[in-house]
Amino acid sequence: MAPAIPTDRDLRLDLFRGLALWLIYLDHIPSNIVAWITIRNYGFSDATEIFIFISGFTAAYVYGRAMRDYGFVVSSARILKRAWQIYVAHIFLFVIYMGQIAYVARGFQNPLYAEEMNILEFLQQPDIILIQALLLKFKPVNMDVLPLYIVLMASFPPVLWLLLRNKTLALAASVLLYILTWEFSWNLPAYPGGGWIFNPFAWQLLFVFGAWCALGGAERLHGLIHSRITLAIASIYLFFAFCITLTWHIPGLASYVPRWLAEHIYPIDKTNLDVLRFAHFLALATVTLYFIPRDWAPLKSPWLRPAILCGQHSLEIFCLGVFLAFAAYFVKVEISPGIPMQVTVSVLGILIMIAVAWLLSWYKGATGRRSVAQPAISVRTDLAGGGE
Amino acid sequence: MRPVVLALLTLIAVAPESRAQERILPLEQRTCEVPSYILFGDSKLNRVRKSIEEHKKLTILVLGSGSSALPGPDGAAKSYPGRLDEVLKKRFPDVAVSVITLAKSRQTAADMVQSLKKALAESKPDLVVWQTGTVDAMAGVDPESFRASLDQGIDDVAKAGADLILMNMQYSPRTETMIALGSYADVMRVVSRDRDVPLFDRREIMRYWNDNGNFDLNLATKDIAAAYQVHDCLGRALASLLIEAGDLDDVKTGQTQ
Repeated sequence: MAPAIPTDRDLRLDLFRGLALWLIYLDHIPSNIVAWITIRNYGFSDATEIFIFISGFTAAYVYGRAMRDYGFVVSSARILKRAWQIYVAHIFLFVIYMGQIAYVARGFQNPLYAEEMNILEFLQQPDIILIQALLLKFKPVNMDVLPLYIVLMASFPPVLWLLLRNKTLALAASVLLYILTWEFSWNLPAYPGGGWIFNPFAWQLLFVFGAWCALGGAERLHGLIHSRITLAIASIYLFFAFCITLTWHIPGLASYVPRWLAEHIYPIDKTNLDVLRFAHFLALATVTLYFIPRDWAPLKSPWLRPAILCGQHSLEIFCLGVFLAFAAYFVKVEISPGIPMQVTVSVLGILIMIAVAWLLSWYKGATGRRSVAQPAISVRTDLAGGGE
Repeated sequence: MRPVVLALLTLIAVAPESRAQERILPLEQRTCEVPSYILFGDSKLNRVRKSIEEHKKLTILVLGSGSSALPGPDGAAKSYPGRLDEVLKKRFPDVAVSVITLAKSRQTAADMVQSLKKALAESKPDLVVWQTGTVDAMAGVDPESFRASLDQGIDDVAKAGADLILMNMQYSPRTETMIALGSYADVMRVVSRDRDVPLFDRREIMRYWNDNGNFDLNLATKDIAAAYQVHDCLGRALASLLIEAGDLDDVKTGQTQ
């Protein structure tokens, strides 16, 4: 039997994805004082977990319905089309990045940084670097999330097929892949060496878990999420993570972490989605869901509207955020690196993201009205993070 | 919920307080000042103390990549190993101090481990200063392999009976969006903690200098003088760490005062 797919939109997904996009933007500006407010400074997980989970959730929500209504082939084609769009967006950002790096590097010959400047040698071998970038093997700093998203989407059709038939089995397979990845150190190769910064074999767990939740798993967990015991455990874990992270920022506190504990938890492996990070995300989600119900009144208030708008156009706003982070870095390097400039570019960047999201919504509304007669197949693709 | 929130707020309120009480070390020149919490840790250098006290000798091997050297005829004397040598000779005039530098550009940690054993046998150092991380980050070496190389090097140095200071990357604002140093710096911190080896946190020290206005590391200058100054301060800071971790404060300088 096909699982029930709820029809009305859960604004919490848009809200938190929008917030995650803002946080990712702030974190991507190097040495940015405003990044102190982002969640990675107060616990193990960061905005990437939120983004990947919600992306899995919405992908299953949108394409699950399509797969039920139009079959495997048509819905798979639509998922692959989406993956292709993300790929094109990634390559577009890569070109912007290269242009910017080439500009910043021009004439920078500080003898103090002769070693670091060797990194720019890749500008002299565009043949290799362009091909490696097209193969998603060469990924500049902070351009790792979209390639992960591309791989997750491109491999999503069979996963979704299995989820719709037996979601428990699909989730179990995902967990098994995660465990095997840890056991055998699987990863996709990167250029010039090593593996992907976000290992898709490990991070798929969050994506598939999100999809599982969208297809009825969340209802199954309802009792668990809303029990006070779960809430207590989650809160204690969040507090523990907060204390540990505090010792990273305030030297002198580090000696209060017992050696056996430190040996157990470090290093907290972001590449392979450390269990501590995954658990931290679950705890964060549990506490959030407990206090913010689906019909939470502020969700409709104009104050949260900007974040929700950004969350509804996540692919466009994500790419814009990556671009704006480059631009902010550029402004910092070329004009002024000080704190006033850090605050200015942070606020300005988020305002631009909001403005563009608003513009996209307006455009969608304006063009949507004219094509009311369109068949239902295009319905709700906005939930997947942007128009098709 | 309320007590928990209160506790959190108290922690946040108290935290900067304890930080403000940390000492700022002048290091003889105001531009070189470094807060003690960045420079000092808990790990000790026992061999260094013993060698100075009993044998009046201190041989230091600096093993590093390009950022341990400066170009030009004065490069060797003006780079941080040369500065360290001079500062230590002044501080311990009756100790035979010698600093041997083995800095080759583009060497990963694994490359350096390969030449380490031979260098240890030749120079028989009391202390090895191992500067690494930048090249590994640029080459995208798997962080686990990087960690294994560090462990291997630490084993080799321990077998040779020498003390060790690990030194991490430079803070370089211009290349921040080009080289992802984060995970490699984390590995170095974890390894230094696990193996009880002092870490000279060059990255944080230079970040402090930059943020505090002591040096403008963002400048697109070709001027070698600025690089000399940074290395001078690095040498002084390194000497300071050596004296603190070796408990050498009370060692007689041999000077009549």
